[in-house]
Formats: sequence, C-alpha cells, structure tokens
Amino acid sequence: MSLHGLATPKEDNQLKQLLLGNEAIARGAYEAGVRVSSAYPGTPSTEINENVANYPEIYSEWAPNEKVAVEVALGAAVSGARSLACMKHVGLNVAADPFFTATYTGVNAGMVVVVADDPGMHSSQNEQDTRMLARASHAPVLDPSSSQECKDFLKMAYDISEEYDTPVILRVTTRIAHARTLVELEDRVERPLREYKRDIKKYVSMPANMIGRHLYVEEREKKLAEAANTLPINKIEWADTKVGVVTTGAAYNYVKEAMPTASVLKLGLAYPMPRKLIEEFASKVETLYVIEDMEPFYEDTIKAWGIKCSGKDLTGVQGELFMHKIANKFNGEEPVGPMNTQGIPARPPVLCPGCPHRGLYHVLGKLKLTVCSDIGCYTLGALPPLSGVDTCVCMGASIGMAHGMEKARGHEQAKKTVAVLGDSTFCHSGLTGLLNMAYNRAVGTVIVADNSITGMTGHQNNPANGKDIHGDPTVALDIVKLCDAMGIKHVRIVDPFDLKELEKVVREETERDELSVIISRRPCALIVKQPGIPYVSDPDKCRNCGMCLKIGCPAIRKTETGVAIDPTQCVGCGLCQQLCHFGALHTEA
Amino acid sequence: MYNIVIVGVGGQGTLLASKILGQLAMNNGYDVRVSEVHGMSQRGGSVVTYVRISNDQPLYSSIVEQGQADIVLAFENLEALRALPYLKKDGTIVINTQEILPMPVITGATAYPADCLARVEAEAKTVEINAVEIAHECGTYRAANVVLMGVVAKKLPFSVEEWHKAIEQCVKPKFLEINLNAFDRGYSYND
Repeated sequence: MSLHGLATPKEDNQLKQLLLGNEAIARGAYEAGVRVSSAYPGTPSTEINENVANYPEIYSEWAPNEKVAVEVALGAAVSGARSLACMKHVGLNVAADPFFTATYTGVNAGMVVVVADDPGMHSSQNEQDTRMLARASHAPVLDPSSSQECKDFLKMAYDISEEYDTPVILRVTTRIAHARTLVELEDRVERPLREYKRDIKKYVSMPANMIGRHLYVEEREKKLAEAANTLPINKIEWADTKVGVVTTGAAYNYVKEAMPTASVLKLGLAYPMPRKLIEEFASKVETLYVIEDMEPFYEDTIKAWGIKCSGKDLTGVQGELFMHKIANKFNGEEPVGPMNTQGIPARPPVLCPGCPHRGLYHVLGKLKLTVCSDIGCYTLGALPPLSGVDTCVCMGASIGMAHGMEKARGHEQAKKTVAVLGDSTFCHSGLTGLLNMAYNRAVGTVIVADNSITGMTGHQNNPANGKDIHGDPTVALDIVKLCDAMGIKHVRIVDPFDLKELEKVVREETERDELSVIISRRPCALIVKQPGIPYVSDPDKCRNCGMCLKIGCPAIRKTETGVAIDPTQCVGCGLCQQLCHFGALHTEA
Repeated sequence: MYNIVIVGVGGQGTLLASKILGQLAMNNGYDVRVSEVHGMSQRGGSVVTYVRISNDQPLYSSIVEQGQADIVLAFENLEALRALPYLKKDGTIVINTQEILPMPVITGATAYPADCLARVEAEAKTVEINAVEIAHECGTYRAANVVLMGVVAKKLPFSVEEWHKAIEQCVKPKFLEINLNAFDRGYSYND
C-alpha cells in the first residue's frame, strides 16, 4: 500500500467528502478557527492530529503525553485561542489531573478535548467509558453518530465551551472515529485572539479561589442541563410509541436499523442530561429502553429519577453493541451469530518480519527473565511462540512494576527481572519511573526498545527521534545523557539484531547489584526504506530442527523437507541465520 | 443498496480498496458508510473493512453483519473461509488465491486447512483469481488490490469510466497507469 500511498482528499470545489470521523474532527477544528492543537497518538484517536497537521492555519504538535497535551490546550485557551487536545480513552486518565481542575478554572477561548473510546477493545487494554470521567469532572460531553456530526458537534462544543466557560469533551468510539461517511465542508471562520487578563481568582487553583469556582461549576452545570432540554442535538424522532429508545453515538445507528418502528430519543449532548426531555419522552412510550455502548451511563441516571427502563440487564456491559444484538435483545428477533470459526486457525497480530523487538524477546526468553513490558508493538512479544511478557498494564508501568518487584522480593528477584518499554512510551511515562528507581537506590535493568518511532499507532514522530509532527528536524532526547543526569552509572547501547552481543549485555547488566539501562536500538522495520535481500533455505543443509521457528517470524514456514522463507515477506534481517546451527539459511546474493 | 466486506491480512492493501469503492459510490450520488480497522490488528492480523453504499434507502450503521454481504472480497484463502458467514444466501465471494500462514500455523499449534477453498466453494458463488501474479505482470504485486477491484466491478452498477475516475482520485499520479492497467486486467478476467 505504501507504494500507492493514499492521496490526500482533493479540495477542488468538492463540497462533500468521504471522511473518517477523525478526519472530520480535524476539519471541524479548522472550520471552528482553532489555533493550537496538541495530542499524543493512541488508537482510535491518532488520525485527528495527523490531519490537523495538514492545516497550516493551526499550530499542531505531538506532546510526550496526554497530560502535557491538555495543559498546552488549556494554556492556549486561557490566553485567548481556541484549542484542541486529542487522545484515546486511557489518555484521559493521564490527563485527568489538569483536566479535573480546568473545569474549575474554566477557559477563555473555547477548548475541546477529543477522547476516543474503544468498546470491544479493538486496540486497547480496557473498556472505560469517558462519559463517566466527564461527569466526575463536571465537563459537558458530546457524542456524535457520524462523521458529519463529528464536525458539527465539535464546532458546537467550542460554542458551549465559550458560552459556559468550561473545557468540553467530544467523545467518539472506534466505529465513529474509524468510519467514513459523507461530510459537507464549510469555510474556516477566523477567530481573533480573545483578550487575556490576569485573573488570579479564576486561574490560580488555590483552595480559597477554587471554593468559589466550584460553586460556579455547580451553577454552570445546572444551567447547561436546563438548556439541554431544548438543544437541537438532543432530539426525539417519533414513530410508534409502543417502544421508546434513549440512545447515543454508534448505538443510535444500530437502533435505527434494528428497530425501525421504535421512537428514538437521540442524546447528542451526553452530559449533562436533559431531565425534562427524557421525562417527557418516557411518559409517552409504553416501554422504555436505554441502548448505549459501554457503561449504563444514561440508564443509571434515568432509573435514579424513578423512571422504569431497561438496557444493560439485556446486553451486559462488555463488548460493542451491533445491529443483530439489538434486534435480538430488544426486538425479539432470532439471535444471529456469533460467527462459526470452528476449524479456522486464528490470525493474531504479529511482530513484523524484520522487527527489532523480535531479537530482544528471543534473548529475554532464552535467559528466562521476568519481563515487565509496556504499551506498544512490543506487547506482541507476549504471543506464541515468543510468549515472553509477564506484565503489561499502562504506559510506563513496566518500570514501576519491575521496581516494585525488586522492593518486595529483593535483589535476587531484580536480577531475574527486566522492564521493557519503547522510546515513545519512555518519553510518555517512563522518565519519572526511572528517576524513581535511581532516587530510591534500585537494583534493576530497564531496557528501552528504541525503534525511533511510535510504531503501533502508525508511525508518529516523538521527542526521542529528532523529528516533529511535520517530519521537520528538531532536538532528540539523548537517553544516555538523561540517564547520566539521573545518576545511573550503567548505560549500554546494543543492536538487537546482534543476538550474541545482546545476550552478553543483558547477562552482564542483570547480574549487577545496581541500576542499569540498556538501549536496544534499531529502527522499526516499516520505516527502513531499503529492505535487505531475502534469505533462502538450503534444503541440503536444513535438518528441519525448528530452531529458526522459535523467533516467530511470519516469513518462515515449516515444510516436510525443511523450512521455506517467503521472499515477499522476508526483509533480510538475518536473525534466523544467527539461530541456524547448520548454515542452512543464507541470502541468494 | 450493496453491502461489501473486504477481508485480508494487515498490510495487504485492503484500505485502498475500500477507499476506491467509497469514492466511486460518492461520485455517483450514493450514500456511503465505510468502516476501517486501524491499530493493533494491522500488524499482520486479520483485518476487516466494511463498505455500504445505497441510493435507495437510508444508511445508519457502518458495519456489515453476518448474512448481510452482497459481496465478500477476500485477499487471502483462510480469510475467505473466516468471512464466509458475512455472505448473503445469493452473495458472491471474490478470492485472491494466496496463502499467508498465521502464527499458530507457523508454530505448529494448528494446521492451515487444506480444503479452505473447497469449503468456500461448497457454500457460496465463488470467483477465484491469482491477483498477485496479474499485478506483478502489470508492474508491481502491490497492485493486487486494484486487480481485485476490477473483478468486483462487474458485480456493481458503475461504468468502467467511473471506476477509472475513482482510481485516479485515490492513487498517486505516478502509480496511476499501473493501477488502471491492473484494474482492466481484473475487469477482463474470465470467471
């Protein structure tokens, strides 16, 4: 696909375009006059800021993490510019600290945080529902159902943000963020910078100031909840009144197809909820269902208001909703699926041919180490045949958890344990954990799997690779000097394709009664422009011992007469050759 | 209305196929819903893209569910078998006859079903084509996705000119000629 490339949408007098939800959000930011956008990549949110970067009118950047992104957006908004921060759902946990107080300080110009949830966990570690955090932080949250709504709701979010002086969340889910639907384009409306004035009582979050702000937050929320009753994005679509459905987001789309005769109340503003509107709707239908992805967010509140309804008792909380599920649970139709996959081998994701992480996991496995890993492509080292990961929890947790194991179980445990995390994850949340280890006299080994890119999310630059969001040169974090500044004495750089050297280095560093950092450095196989010459197997020499199969390379297959290497997949990394005792693997050249 | 499911292995170019289809439908005044997969499964895992186009009824959902697909376009044999339940009773499955071994087969935990295509043929109208070979003849095996578009084109109500236009809008100019050629080879494929 890289050969073709995906041509960027052509602007020439095409007012309608087929855009991803995420592209539509970027377009919305452009049209809304946004001036500053900061984000950390995370599926399913990444394409928002990637596309924002195509608009020269907006300053855009990759931040090292979501907390920084929200702080940047808040600073920009307080100083008078419309701003945007984007992240996946778990990113909001990282950014929760500034965000939960930003709702108190309020903004000046509009500020929107786009948060992408992942029901069904297509590419995430949990199924948390951003609406719950929005309510906990008293932030309004909008929930679109199509790309057009992504754009329209984002623009409305800026208006709400400015009218109610609060950051606003635009929450999307995977099926909205990664669906292409038709979008009508409009022009950008430039917004002059708003005046910035020092306002200590508002922007300095000391207790005495924030007591007043908290009262303001309560008042504001009541006002918006009242206004929500007549907000056009909260709308009733009357049909048969036997069944009424309160719904939102992607679930709305499935309800419209699964229950075409039902009356529907679509909540575009997910929080605060319009009580009068819901009560009016509920009073006019015989049976009320609440159909929403993830948590019973509406349902619990509607029940608390004394209105009889059901929803999650029929579907449960785990997994995505879809049309057939709704037709079955709420419309009494025969169940369809799940799809029969019997006798069909699964195809889990794998480390790519030529992936530098493969050599690293091979060595860690050979040395039988406990591996506290982290979030990134290298989490795939947990899958067979490498099966080389003990833990993976959240960005940066590898370091903290390895340290915790050492403090709980002593130095001998530390010598059998390593923390593994990528360069981007290290910049995101690894630095403070490493500082904690250095500061608290840790014994341990931290391995930075430095492939010079943020890989899993589709190759974004990061503070360690010397390129900004546009690919232009900038400073690169020098991890060696950083470790030196932290007082870490042992820092080694090693090529993960040199298995002998890598093994030697890992042995030496794990045996130490001190803290070590190993930088396992080689660029991601997908960003190397010139793949090497594919390897072939010599049938006369191959004894079919299976040694080369242990590294789980998708280009190598076992046949009855020996292994065979797929020349369309092999990139000539040579790792397999290092494992072969019989000299059977070589390049044709 | 047409529901199309495109399945393959991460990295095979399924996204370009759905992009061309979506562009084509939009150019012809259809409503369009395309659902793509990004992130983890793109790393060599099974990938599924849904394309829904309609000029006669409103579309809401962006996904095609079991038993709803008019066409399944499979870039790989095993993925064809996996995607079979998507197909409507009278639907057609177009298969690029390529085998890519999944990791559980490589490790020996399980075997690649030898009767993959036979099982598909027994259940559905099937068009089989070695699109990789044809694409290679056109200049690059990477154009296999556009060869397959040519095969699918015969099942959809759009002219060759309209297909060419959509391809032109979706691929970089320097690869246009190879891709148009690849499309024509697929279109003239005798199934």
